Amino acid sequence: MYELRGVTKRYMRGKESINALAGIDLTIGDGDRLVIQGPTGGGKSTLLQMLGGLDRPTAGSVELDGVDMAKLSEAKLTKVRSENIGFVFQSFNLIPTLTAQENVETALVPLRVKAKERRERAAAALESVGLAERLGHLPAELSGGQQQRVAIARALVKQPKVLLADEPTGNLDESMRDEIMDVLEAMWKEHGLTFIMVTHDSAIAKKAPRLATIRKGKITVKENAGA
Amino acid sequence: MFFTYLRRELRRRRKAALVVASGLALGIALVIVVSSVSSGMEKAQGKVLQSLYGLGTDMTVTKAAAAQSTSDRPRFNFDAKDSDSDKEQSSDRVMVQGFQTLASSTVSKVDAQKGVADSVGGLSLQVIRINGQFTRGQFKQDPNSGGGNRQGGPGAQQSPQGRVEGGGANFDVNNYSVYGTDVTKPALGPLTSSKITSGRTFKTSETNAKVVVADKSYAKEKKLKLGGTVTVKGVKFKIIGIATPDSGDAAANLYIPLQQAQTLSDSKNKVTTIYVKASDSQQIASVKSTIQKNISGTTVTTSADLADTVSGSLSTASNLASNVGKWLSIAVLVAAFLVAGLLTSSAVSRRVREFGTLKALGWKSGRVTRQVVGEAIVNGLVGGVLGIALGLAGAYVVTEISPSLTAEVASAGRGGPGGGGGGFGGPARQSASKALDVALTAPVSVNTIVIAVGLAVAGGLIAGAFGGWRASRLRPADALRRVE
Repeated sequence: MYELRGVTKRYMRGKESINALAGIDLTIGDGDRLVIQGPTGGGKSTLLQMLGGLDRPTAGSVELDGVDMAKLSEAKLTKVRSENIGFVFQSFNLIPTLTAQENVETALVPLRVKAKERRERAAAALESVGLAERLGHLPAELSGGQQQRVAIARALVKQPKVLLADEPTGNLDESMRDEIMDVLEAMWKEHGLTFIMVTHDSAIAKKAPRLATIRKGKITVKENAGA
Repeated sequence: MFFTYLRRELRRRRKAALVVASGLALGIALVIVVSSVSSGMEKAQGKVLQSLYGLGTDMTVTKAAAAQSTSDRPRFNFDAKDSDSDKEQSSDRVMVQGFQTLASSTVSKVDAQKGVADSVGGLSLQVIRINGQFTRGQFKQDPNSGGGNRQGGPGAQQSPQGRVEGGGANFDVNNYSVYGTDVTKPALGPLTSSKITSGRTFKTSETNAKVVVADKSYAKEKKLKLGGTVTVKGVKFKIIGIATPDSGDAAANLYIPLQQAQTLSDSKNKVTTIYVKASDSQQIASVKSTIQKNISGTTVTTSADLADTVSGSLSTASNLASNVGKWLSIAVLVAAFLVAGLLTSSAVSRRVREFGTLKALGWKSGRVTRQVVGEAIVNGLVGGVLGIALGLAGAYVVTEISPSLTAEVASAGRGGPGGGGGGFGGPARQSASKALDVALTAPVSVNTIVIAVGLAVAGGLIAGAFGGWRASRLRPADALRRVE
C-alpha cells in the first residue's frame, strides 16, 4: 500500500527553516490500522497530509500502490484523492449550508456519479453510521458526534482504499469519543481499508495494532501485539 | 450539486449578496437612466432637426459662403405724396434667403452621386412688404419775416424765412417666409415636417400653379382661410391647405410651387437648398464628402453638423447627460465592480476551510472556481434585475415628468428655410435662429437592456474572477493547516 522513503518536509517560518519531517521511512500494508502519536508540532499532521496527497515532500518519495504521489501532477493527485483516500478531520469540516446527505454527496461529485445514485449512496452511508433519520439536517442542527459521523460517512461513501483521520475525536467528549471510535473501527473491519489515524488520546493509541510516534520529525513504529 | 450549493450559499450570505447586488444595481440603473435620457435627447434633437429638414432628409446642399454684394440688399422707393393725400403706397421685396443660390441643374448632379437615394431642390424666400402713407411736409413762412421788413441796400435779395412742418411716413412692415417646394417630390423637403391638417397638399401636376399651403400659425395670425387667397408681390395664390408642424415652428409661413417661387424672386432655375436622402444612413459621412468633392462651390450639412449648432437647455442637458452622466455611470460601475470583487474575494477568505476540504475530497480547482464564479454571476444577475427595474423606474419618471427643454438652432446657412424669422440687410448668410420647446422623454431600448444584462454578467464575472483566482490558488494543505 504505502511505501515512504526518506520523506522530508521543510518549510520556512519567518527566517527560520523548520524540519517538520526529517527523512521518514515507513511501510503501511493493505488493511493496516496505524495510529500516529506525538507532541504538538512534531509532524503528525504533516505526515498525514503527505499520505493523503494534500502536500508534497521537500525530498523523498510517498508511494501509494507503487505510484509516487510526490511526482504526480496536481490533476492526477486530485484524482488519487478523489478515488482512493477518505479524510476525517478534527473539526469535521462539513459545509455549513449543505444538509448531511448533501455533505456526503460532495465526496461523490468528483467521481461524476449521477445525482440519483449520489443521493442513494449518501443516504446508505449515513444509514451505516446511524444517521438515517438525519439526512436533511444541516450541520448546525446536529451534535458534534453526529457531525463527525456525517464526516465519516462522507469519507467512506466513495469506498476508498485508505481512511485518514486527523484527531477525529479531538473535539468530542468521552462518550462521543467512544461512539466515534466504535464507528471507525466497525467501518475499518467492514470495508477492509487501510486506516491511519493521528491522535493525542493515549486510550485510543493503546488499542492500535501499530503505533507510530513522531518527535521532531523522526518516526518510531511499535507493533502492539495485544491490540 | 452546483445549483444546490450555489442556492444555499447565496441564501446563507444574503446580506453580503445584497450589498454586492445593490452596488451593481445602482451602477446599472444609472447606465440605463443616462442612456435612455441621452436617447431622449437625441430624439428631442431629432425633432428639432426634423422641423428644419423634414422627414427623411439626411443632409442638405447649399452654396458655399460668399461675400454679399450691397446691391443684393432690398431697397424700397416711395414717392412722398401731398400731406392731404391719404393714398397708401405699398412695395413688396422678395429676396432669396441667404442671398445664395445654386443652379437647378445641381439637383440632378447631386442625385447622380454615389450613395444618394433621392434629392430635391427648394427655394427659400423672404418677403418684406411695406405698406403705408408717405407724405411731404409743408413750408410754413415765418410771419415776422414779411416782405416789408427788408434790410440792406437796394438790389439786395432776401429769401423768405420759415420752416417745413408736417409730412412723414406711417407704414407697417410685413415680413414672412415663403418656401418654393418641388411638388413632384412630396416625400422630401421641409414640408414633410408638417401635416396637412386642413385641405390638401400640392398635386404633382401643380408645378407652376398659383396655389399655396399656409402654415397654421401664420394663417391664424393673418386670418387666412382655406379657399381664400394670399397675395405675394402682386400675385394671388389660392390657399389649398393648412399645414401644422409636427413639432416646434414651421419651416416657412407659406409654401408655393418651386417655379412660382423662382418667378417671384427672379431666380429662374435657381434653388437655395438641395435636400438629400442617402441610400444608407451609415454612409452619410462618405456621401457628404463625395458631394463636396464632386460638386464644387457647395456646402454639405448633415444632421450631425446641424446638431452641433443646437444650443439652449436641450444642448446643456444633452452635454450633461453625455459627459457628467456618462462618467458618473462609469465611476459608479467601476466602484461597484471593485466592491463586488473585493467582497467576493473576502468571502473566499472566510471559506478557506470549506474550499480546502472540498479540494481534499478531490474537487478540482476548476470546479471550486466555477462554484465561486457561479455565485458571483448570480449576484451580478440579481444586481442586473434590480438595476434594470430601478433604471426603468427612473426612465419612467423622467418620461412622466417630461421636462421641457428649449433648443436654439442657428439656421444660418444650414440649408433650412429658416422659418419666419430673420431680417434683411443682415450678413451674407442669414443668421436667424429658431427656438423650439421640446419635451424630454427617456425611451429605454432593447439594446440598453441588453447592455444592462451584459454589465450585470460582466460585474459578476469580474467579482468571480477576484474570488475564483483566490480559490484556485488555495492549496488544500495550507487551507486545512490555517484552521488547525
